[in-house]
Amino acid sequence: MAMLKPIPGINSTPTTDMAVLKPVTVATPGSASDINFSRFIADLPWWALPALAAILMMWPMAAYAQSTYTMTDATNALIKWLPFLVLQGFVFNILISITTMALGTVAGVVLGLMQISPNRLISQTAWLITQTFRNSPWLVLLFIVMLAFPFKIEIGSLTIQIPDWVKAVFGLSLPIMANISEVVRGAIASVPSGQWEAAESLAYSRQQTVWRIILPQCFKRMIPPWMNWYAILTMATPLVSLLGVEEIVTLSRQAMAAENGRPELLVPFYGFCLVIFFAYCYPIARWTIALERKYTVKL
Amino acid sequence: MSETEWTPDQPIVSIKDVHKSFGDLEVLKGVSLDVMKGEVICIIGPSGSGKSTLIRCINALNDIQAGSIQVEGQEVNAAGLDKLALRKKVGMVFQQYNLFPHKTALENVMMAPLLVLKEPEDEVEKRARALVKKVRLEGKEDSYPGELSGGQQQRVAIARSLAMNPDVMLFDEVTAALDPETVKEVLVTIKDLAAEGMTCILVTHEMGFAREIADHIYFTDRGVIVEHGPPKTFFKSAKDPRTREFLSQIL
Repeated sequence: MAMLKPIPGINSTPTTDMAVLKPVTVATPGSASDINFSRFIADLPWWALPALAAILMMWPMAAYAQSTYTMTDATNALIKWLPFLVLQGFVFNILISITTMALGTVAGVVLGLMQISPNRLISQTAWLITQTFRNSPWLVLLFIVMLAFPFKIEIGSLTIQIPDWVKAVFGLSLPIMANISEVVRGAIASVPSGQWEAAESLAYSRQQTVWRIILPQCFKRMIPPWMNWYAILTMATPLVSLLGVEEIVTLSRQAMAAENGRPELLVPFYGFCLVIFFAYCYPIARWTIALERKYTVKL
Repeated sequence: MSETEWTPDQPIVSIKDVHKSFGDLEVLKGVSLDVMKGEVICIIGPSGSGKSTLIRCINALNDIQAGSIQVEGQEVNAAGLDKLALRKKVGMVFQQYNLFPHKTALENVMMAPLLVLKEPEDEVEKRARALVKKVRLEGKEDSYPGELSGGQQQRVAIARSLAMNPDVMLFDEVTAALDPETVKEVLVTIKDLAAEGMTCILVTHEMGFAREIADHIYFTDRGVIVEHGPPKTFFKSAKDPRTREFLSQIL
């Protein structure tokens, strides 16, 4: 930093009172700034995963050196429960993440398009909704949805029980919706205004301009940040265990209880959860970064 | 149009006492000019004199605060203006070409007639191919804008605008972003158009070109028209000191 050349008006006192044009960084969706999560994951080396697994398996045995419960016992317990944890637990986490993403994306695209509406009432409302849900703690949103929503709906004589996981999906899709809304708004804002003017001067209606000219140009740029949000969401799905949804963390707790709640199992079992989430998100993150590179070079 | 019927003996574009501000900054301070059908007029002047703003007001890309702009009798400064009807009559070409980068050259030309005018595809394609040929870009139909040079892109932009069969063409410093070698190919295209009788309003810095092509030249400075006249008298015997100073710097 000491090597940095002093530039008057930027990092040293200006020598003139004339306006100085400061350097700006334009953040466009799909640029480095908003896919930091994927970038971090993707930058880890491929052997991070086996290394993590090895450390997690060894650590408890060292910590409980005097224990009669051996590493083999712990491994056997984990292997016994593994199909249950993956097929009943993790698969459900994936299911929740995909459903939430689908719901959040549809709602987010609608909200994002509302944000660019020429009608101030619509755009301001959409902006407020976006900012509210983007900046609220996810867990709080989940609890609100959980408690504010009825357990069952009665239509005439028909009573429909709403399962907890449906509420969880709804709760998680709120912050996803808000973030996708921002992705859409940002992507649209990144299209040069000349494109709007060219379309307008060719007598395109606003709808035609948005759907035929603007969105096709920024669609590709929305994909990396969208995938980034998917990875973040997947990592956040264990939150719903707090609502009693039977996903991988809930089931891990149950499995450990069935194994007499031995403390030596805590790290291997929860460590396994970490590993499997990492194994799932790592390729997604690598792909996100690859796509981001591909799409930012163009245009 | 419910307004007074426009006949070709009246000005096709009639600008009267137009005022336009961006916030506190008044860029047009009462500008008036008339353009007859088939006329070519050039607007010249120093940067920031309001010339681009003026022609952007003609197709309602910018709105005006006071005054009147009429295109074929349609008042632009009217509440409930039918912008689409206006823009079908007025074509515009921009400094930065603004081609749609996700469409090929031919698609760029065809899109508006298909989507906006809802014309049959085979007819539009025939016309589009003829226009691409007319701007001397045969063989580039399937190229994307990113694969074309600036001059080629600008000629596609001209063809794209012409595909809507406009009655008036606006050119907003269309050669200002081009390499000197490619400026000429674009100017030749515009010259062809003018020769065919297209009404053209150009904002330009190409004085030689303006002198050659224009029927009438307007010099703007600080939001007003300082002086105007046919090129012969304008360039030889400009009266206003501001015009003379500008010309001495340019020529």
